[in-house]
Amino acid sequence: MRKLIDLLPYEETIQCVQCGYCLPACPTYLTMGTETHSPRGRINLVKMAAEGHLSISDLENPIELCLGCRACETACPSGVQYGKILEGAKEAIYKNKSENISNIKKTAQDALFMKLFPNSQKWTTIADLLWLYQTSGLQKVAHKGNLTKVLPENLSVFEGVMPNVTSPLARRKRPTLFPAVNSEKPIYKVAFFTGCIMDALFEKINRLSMELLSRAGCEVHVIQEQTCCGALHAHAGRKDDSVTLAKKNIEVFESIEVDFIVNNAGGCGALLIEYDHLLAEQGDEWTNRAKAFVKKTKDISQILFDCKVSLNQPVNATVTYQRSCHMTNVQKVTEEPVALLKQIPGIVYKEMENPHMCCGSAGIYNVVNYKESMEVLDEKMIMAKKTDATIVVTTNPGCLLQMKLGVQREGLNEKVRVVHLVELLAAAAGLGE
Amino acid sequence: MEYRKIDGEILGKLKELISDSKRLLTNRQDLASYSYDASFGIYYPEIVIQPNTTQEVSSVVKLANQYHIPVYPRGQATSLSGGPLPVEGGIVLDLSKMDKTLDIIPEDLVAIVTPGVLTENIHKEAEKVGLMYPPDPSSSAVSTIGGNLAENSGGPRGLKYGVTKDYVLGLEVVTPKGEIIQTGGRTVKNVTGYDLTKLIIGSEGTLGIITKAILQLIPKPVTTGTAMAVFDEIIASGEAISKVLTSGICPSKMEIMDQACIQAVEDYQPSGLPVNADAIVLIEVDGHPSAVKAELAQIKEICKQVGAIDVQVARSKSDEAVLWKARKLVSPAITRIKPTKISEDATVPRSKIPEMFKRLKIIREKYDLDLVVFGHAGDGNLHPNIVADKRDKEEMKRVEQAVAEIFEAAIDLGGTLSGEHGIGTMKAPFMSMEFKGVELEMMKLIKDSWDPKNIMNPGKIFPYPGQRFVLEG
Ligand SMILES: Cc1cc2nc3c(=O)[nH]c(=O)nc-3n(C[C@H](O)[C@H](O)[C@H](O)COP(=O)(O)OP(=O)(O)OC[C@H]3O[C@@H](n4cnc5c(N)ncnc54)[C@H](O)[C@@H]3O)c2cc1C
Ligand code: SF4
Ligand code: SF4
Repeated sequence: MRKLIDLLPYEETIQCVQCGYCLPACPTYLTMGTETHSPRGRINLVKMAAEGHLSISDLENPIELCLGCRACETACPSGVQYGKILEGAKEAIYKNKSENISNIKKTAQDALFMKLFPNSQKWTTIADLLWLYQTSGLQKVAHKGNLTKVLPENLSVFEGVMPNVTSPLARRKRPTLFPAVNSEKPIYKVAFFTGCIMDALFEKINRLSMELLSRAGCEVHVIQEQTCCGALHAHAGRKDDSVTLAKKNIEVFESIEVDFIVNNAGGCGALLIEYDHLLAEQGDEWTNRAKAFVKKTKDISQILFDCKVSLNQPVNATVTYQRSCHMTNVQKVTEEPVALLKQIPGIVYKEMENPHMCCGSAGIYNVVNYKESMEVLDEKMIMAKKTDATIVVTTNPGCLLQMKLGVQREGLNEKVRVVHLVELLAAAAGLGE
Repeated sequence: MEYRKIDGEILGKLKELISDSKRLLTNRQDLASYSYDASFGIYYPEIVIQPNTTQEVSSVVKLANQYHIPVYPRGQATSLSGGPLPVEGGIVLDLSKMDKTLDIIPEDLVAIVTPGVLTENIHKEAEKVGLMYPPDPSSSAVSTIGGNLAENSGGPRGLKYGVTKDYVLGLEVVTPKGEIIQTGGRTVKNVTGYDLTKLIIGSEGTLGIITKAILQLIPKPVTTGTAMAVFDEIIASGEAISKVLTSGICPSKMEIMDQACIQAVEDYQPSGLPVNADAIVLIEVDGHPSAVKAELAQIKEICKQVGAIDVQVARSKSDEAVLWKARKLVSPAITRIKPTKISEDATVPRSKIPEMFKRLKIIREKYDLDLVVFGHAGDGNLHPNIVADKRDKEEMKRVEQAVAEIFEAAIDLGGTLSGEHGIGTMKAPFMSMEFKGVELEMMKLIKDSWDPKNIMNPGKIFPYPGQRFVLEG
């Protein structure tokens, strides 16, 4: 077996010259205020652990409190690959912990990651239950009895920002093919990547995405067998699990000949386009298949922009855009969403100060590290409020929930609406609710 | 003399001084995170303290002086000379959290700042009211004004406007004994007594801790214009620099980048630089639009005469910004070549720039190293940087020899060891190369009278007996 220390990406850490250019870009350096919680600090700690001066458990706290937003990677002129350093450190921490963790706890975690996330059937069940809870009056009962307050704060606050989920019937009736509208020959033939959380909680947005793409002249295929992208696993240090999921997705999407594989979740998209890195140690055949997959992976904004989707219904509002960090720093998709927004008639587009700063959602960070996450969110809300926007646009489900939470915390529910980019574009394209 | 270690008793006293325990860092991860700067060497402090007020700084220093504990002031640790490294352990005082005061007083052309304020934020705030704070180190977006004052940092605009020390009217300083003193004042003219302000600036935190500064601002020039002169021979670029500077024009910036630097920047962020050139010189002029236009035309003419193969004038503000951003990225970007960077800032009289280029070329060939050159060509402050791999012991030996030879060359040409990065630990062994008489002794006398117990940033500037230059860790 490889020693844990060998899992630490030492080569990547020595690329860092400790210039500090990344410090101002790091949200946790801003909110926590110590070098230990800065990119330069974290890289140094991983390096010291790899050299044997610190133990792997010394890394736990600083690495777990990293948002993984990778703003530092974009800021670094020396080309330090922070993403690799972070995932390597997480893998070592995870394996180190599992050697010590009790068996029961481990089974519970394994079940969560390998049974729930990849299983669309289970997600559908959850979504159905949620729908029942929201529509049956149970939610009201729960609120009256303060039932939701019984949950720890970090879980109960999210109850208030949960979207109304699609009914089971509508969900099951969703077609698997959306033909291209208004064009004889489709501009592109695309496969839609639904994502697990996205499809359970935000089925409506997925549905609108498919309809928008078809409106834009694409033929949209929805493959049932697809699975979770594996991002949450990778961020938790469970690299082996994410490799399994990646292989499954590659296989599934090979079953159909398409121009692009389109997703609408910044976080998922970021892992999808890194499948080639993820599978780099799986032999040439897998690497090549992963490369082919990566080449086809696109964010929905890229395709809609490319196809010149028509946006002619006015939206009279001041709008700001909270970027998905993974879309900015990993996928490097930054211009298309803004360009699309600016095309909508009636919109006053206002950029936030420090627009690239993370909102603190970061996968399941906001649940696991609730306090730290809220500190980042509060900074973000200061900048969001300064724009006087009444609509905040996001491009990732986690950011969408987090920004809703931000609005709720500021008591702005009446004034400010948080939406996914697709929802606003759909309205502007005249697609009904 | 041995320093006292921070034991339970001292820790207890420190906790009384800093009530908020979150601002006293003692765990292993935290200590490891304050053990380095942007140069070489790893030294663990025994504790890191993040003071918020001058009073807290003063009380901590008083305690340290009483019990004989070393104190290391630190900004954001971007020092390239080892300035904030806690070489004797003790206390690291992280001053970057004292960043709350940044007051611009337009009618006095003055800014009042606390030491943790980032240099770039002073630039931004001054510009909002049509003023300018000229010192512009490349690290402005990260470095603190406290660090800039302590190192007397400079940048491209140094050519026309001078460096940090030229823009300081007064300081509040906590002395090594913990007293709070005010130096200078708020007026441009001030000859009352010794100029302690200038003594503190550039003292690298060895004479006291700066807790507030009154900075001088100037009206922001109406506009700027930038030209890029391209050369297929770096020595010709040196001649162009001298020629421009004797033509009656005073550019606001004049920066050189050699081929390897151009390539490294283009690899990070394509900026439209000519990757095949041997060197480029970026020249900025500022002032009234018509003067800027005329001067750029004249500069173009001069550069062509001495052999520039191409001279391009930036057409828009955004083109200009791209060029200057590229310049700022050089220093970190060159580590794409190899991971270990040894940055020097030996400075020579302007007329000796072509000669210095020749010597550097010889040194590069003699030691067979990746030696790249960029820097503030206009004021003779070059940045010869060697990129190497510190795991290659044999290569590092050659680097050590080459560094010594770079210093010899600079001093031989009438120059100095450091133009702006400071001495710290890195250049201390070379001090006797520049000071042959009792100069160093006079400096030591000042240090001893300010800080008789030698608790303030000990181990810097003055070499200890027999200290040699070694690159490790
Ligand atoms: C990529 C890069 C580019 C750079 N470019 C330039 C450049 O163009 N020009 C230039 O001049 N420098 C440059 N530097 C060097 C460095 O940025 C400067 O020396 C800067 O002033 C250091 O600021 P800091 O806040 O990081 O201070 P630190 O590195 O933390 O400290 C520097 C010194 O100041 C002392 N100090 C810090 N704060 C105080 C205080 N409040 N009171 C007393 N002493 C204090 C410390 O003890 C130490 O000796 C560069 C560095 C890097 C990494
Ligand atoms: S990660 Fe990059 S930007 Fe940050 S300190 Fe290291 S080299 Fe500099
Ligand atoms: S990934 Fe984000 S939170 Fe983590 S170190 Fe980089 S900038 Fe900071």
